[in-house]
Amino acid sequence: MNPVGIALLNHIPAAPEVVLLVGACALMIFDLYVKDEGRRVTYAAAQALLALCAAITLYVFLRMILRLPEGQGGGYYVERYYLFNGLFVIDALAHLLKLVCYIAVSVALVYSRSYLLERGLLRPEFLTLLLFSLLGMMVLISANSFLTVYLGLELMSLCLYALVALNRDSATSTEAAMKYFVLGALSSGLLLYGMSMIYGATGTLTLTEVAQHVTRQAGSAADRSFLVFGVVFVVAGLAFKIGVVPFHMWIPDVYHGASTPVTLVISSGPKVAAFAMAVRMLVNGLPALAPDWQQMLALLAILSIALGNITAIAQSNLKRMLAYSAIAHMGFMLLGLLSGWTGGNWLNRIDAYSASLFYMVVYTAMTLGSFGMLLFLSHAGFECENLDDLKGLNRRHPWYAFLMMLIMFSLAGVPPTAGFYAKLAVFQAAVAADHVWLAVVAVLLSLVGAFYYLRIVKLVYFDEPVGTTPVRPQPAAQVVLSLNGLFLLVFGILPQSLMAMCVLAVARL
Amino acid sequence: MLLSLAIWVPILAGVLVLWAGDQRPQLLRWLALIGAIAGFLVTIPLWTRFNVDTSAMQFVELRPWIERFNIRYHLGVDGLSLIFVLLNSFITILVVIAGWTVVETRASQYFAAFLIMSGLLNGVFSALDAILFYVFFEGTLIPMFIIIGIWGGPNRVYAAVKFFLYTLFGSLLMLIALLYLYNKSGGSFAILDWHKLPLPLDVQIALFFGFVFAFAVKVPMWPVHTWLPDAHTEAPTGGSVVLAAILLKLGAYGFVRFSLPILPDASHHLAWLMVALSLVAIVYIGLVTLVQTDMKKLIAYSSISHMGFVTLGFFLFNAYGVEGGLVQMISHGFVSAAMFLCVGVMYDRMHTRAIADYGGVVNTMPKFASFMMLFAMANSGLPATSGFVGEFMVIMGAMRVNFWLAFAAATTMVLGAAYTLWMYKRVIFGAVANDHVKKLTDLNQREFLVLALLAAAVLWMGTYPLPFTEVMHSSVNDLLKHLATAKQ
Repeated sequence: MNPVGIALLNHIPAAPEVVLLVGACALMIFDLYVKDEGRRVTYAAAQALLALCAAITLYVFLRMILRLPEGQGGGYYVERYYLFNGLFVIDALAHLLKLVCYIAVSVALVYSRSYLLERGLLRPEFLTLLLFSLLGMMVLISANSFLTVYLGLELMSLCLYALVALNRDSATSTEAAMKYFVLGALSSGLLLYGMSMIYGATGTLTLTEVAQHVTRQAGSAADRSFLVFGVVFVVAGLAFKIGVVPFHMWIPDVYHGASTPVTLVISSGPKVAAFAMAVRMLVNGLPALAPDWQQMLALLAILSIALGNITAIAQSNLKRMLAYSAIAHMGFMLLGLLSGWTGGNWLNRIDAYSASLFYMVVYTAMTLGSFGMLLFLSHAGFECENLDDLKGLNRRHPWYAFLMMLIMFSLAGVPPTAGFYAKLAVFQAAVAADHVWLAVVAVLLSLVGAFYYLRIVKLVYFDEPVGTTPVRPQPAAQVVLSLNGLFLLVFGILPQSLMAMCVLAVARL
Repeated sequence: MLLSLAIWVPILAGVLVLWAGDQRPQLLRWLALIGAIAGFLVTIPLWTRFNVDTSAMQFVELRPWIERFNIRYHLGVDGLSLIFVLLNSFITILVVIAGWTVVETRASQYFAAFLIMSGLLNGVFSALDAILFYVFFEGTLIPMFIIIGIWGGPNRVYAAVKFFLYTLFGSLLMLIALLYLYNKSGGSFAILDWHKLPLPLDVQIALFFGFVFAFAVKVPMWPVHTWLPDAHTEAPTGGSVVLAAILLKLGAYGFVRFSLPILPDASHHLAWLMVALSLVAIVYIGLVTLVQTDMKKLIAYSSISHMGFVTLGFFLFNAYGVEGGLVQMISHGFVSAAMFLCVGVMYDRMHTRAIADYGGVVNTMPKFASFMMLFAMANSGLPATSGFVGEFMVIMGAMRVNFWLAFAAATTMVLGAAYTLWMYKRVIFGAVANDHVKKLTDLNQREFLVLALLAAAVLWMGTYPLPFTEVMHSSVNDLLKHLATAKQ
């Protein structure tokens, strides 16, 4: 084969990004020539594009899974590959998270389709912005350099800012978009500042090289304090994107102000990407400074769990309540991320990071389900977004009431739902890392959290319905929503396969 | 295989009932009854094939479940747990019959909740893996929460949420204790392995408090009992029956399965505290019971007082105490179920639970009055009823430790008789109080059947308790031997 062919073949792991970019551009141009009635075609094309990307990712992933030699106990592993001069990394974590992102975006589209159609919001901008922000997430997930991190982050965020403002006649939407943009830009600034300091200390942008330099320099006190100074800003920037206290202010306003489909998008994929960013920058890039950033994360985690769970109780708007719940959940997720380096060794790292990853995957399913339910219960001229709108759902639709109950108990972490194992895994990681007190405090605060999830179950099951408006049949959304709910139940009874997948994904970080 | 059947048959029946829906109520009820009876039938071989000479786990099932954390689907029963599986399956039948025509709104969900809960409860009693235990233990909260919240009384939402949060609080602390033990034991959630795990005293004490909240809330022990009167008063009759007969036993069972064998030194070290709390429950709650004006609340408080006997027995560390505690648990399962059903029978007719609204019921409901007489006697611990056996054994056990301890415990004989019989007198005897009482009709066949079954059980256990105690002997002796050796 000629050298160009070999070079192309070597870049196949980056094919999903290329396909998505080309597809999204084509869709953008194609959309110009489509009348409003033809929107269904673009919608279907977008879904097909996502399916194609997922198929390619899955294919590459399966090809990259290798068997360990017999001597090392069998089992499987996935090699890491670096592309584009080390700017781009492809490993099991990247594959898994990208698959989660495709599914999240695709499911979000299914849920929001009729909502958007009824309100005339299924415009070409929506689909294109969504696909480009997905591209941003994918770049972020595979980033192995401060440059690619920033590129992916901005591509993702700028699209999201515009998406929040999509409903341009709504004052709350534009206000939310403004807040999101200003705070987002500020956080990007902080992140850049931190990156530039680390660059100044190490002289390289590639994360793997940064890791080597930092390990060498961490010994000397002067260099170390300079690096830690940079880490503080990096962590602050990350905290903004993940949405944990005290960098959480934008979350409730944006969740509340954006139209529900956009909230659904913001609450799922971008969080996954932000998680990937944290893993890439902290675990891959700055492992030698783990004792420092783990302390920072511990503080962020406890504050988020406390503030998120306690403030959520006071909310009467469902979207705001779920926003605070998201803050608390990201705190729980951090419990895993901060338990990798313990007692001077990395023995706990696989347990800890796979726990966080598992939490992230399960949380994505839960947040998709809860906002999906809101979309499903909304219809023309009616937004389901106050707690009272859920009253007596069991009388009207026992099956959706059941799904809602599953989602809520899963968010609260009650077995037999996947949310329980997510909490179990992160608590186990924390206890194994000797953070017993952290786990105890988190556990007690999750009790506080259980209260407001229970309140929703109470509204759904115990109260009399107020309105009698029937839910409009949306066959695709019905099926997907049911699958979404059952996902939480099935992986609440048999979580092994998903857990094993998460272990595989972080085994070679 | 038998234990799996005991767990999954009721759960599958529950799902089937849910799926059948409310369109054909008659079919639905029969389906629920068949499910409950099938659930009971599969537990009978457990009893007949049980080997009483060994303290080892029997009918063991062991399969990998979540390899990631070495969590296994590990089931088995010994003398401590066998009877509760049977008791639970038996009570489920009664609950289904008792709710036959009473529940009209969303009957499919009602019966399904009870069947699913029955399966989960069997799971709690037979789980030998800590996480499996925890999943079942927590899982039972969901159906009970729904039962209280949907079919309960006027203040049901408050009661349901209080019930859920109290129990969740305890079990979350237990979860951390379980995770700690998992790490200390080198990655095993097997309860039986933990029994052999050496632990220093200070760690044992910390873990003991981790467990004690979970189990004490469930028992419930003073001062974390306050959820129980609310839950009982608001729950529908069936809910109260299962709550009193089975759910309260989870806490006490937790003590003998986790706290005592895993943390023997801490148990000895803190026995004074547990004994003191038990005595408070027996004496103080006994006095509180006297002044109740609501029948369900009265029985709820009397349950707390009776369960005080169970925890007292366990922390005496002798055979009489532990066996007496277990016998008391079973007896209380029958008696409290019967008492709540009796109140349910009256409530269905009069729609009030206040003692003051009754009087002279014997004139209109003679059959009912005789049944209730028997159960009231059993509740106050009269010889020849099941209530006597357990209390007597625990008092004997207490006597071996300290006379005054036994003396304080024995006050329950007086207090129990006082509050039960006084309530009985005010409700049943005397002149017909009002027109509503005058219009009362006596038991129908369905109610008669339920109460007769329980009456037979109470008398059988009161006159010939050997079959019940015989099953426990080896396991209790083994537990005591284990407790006697320190493991620090």
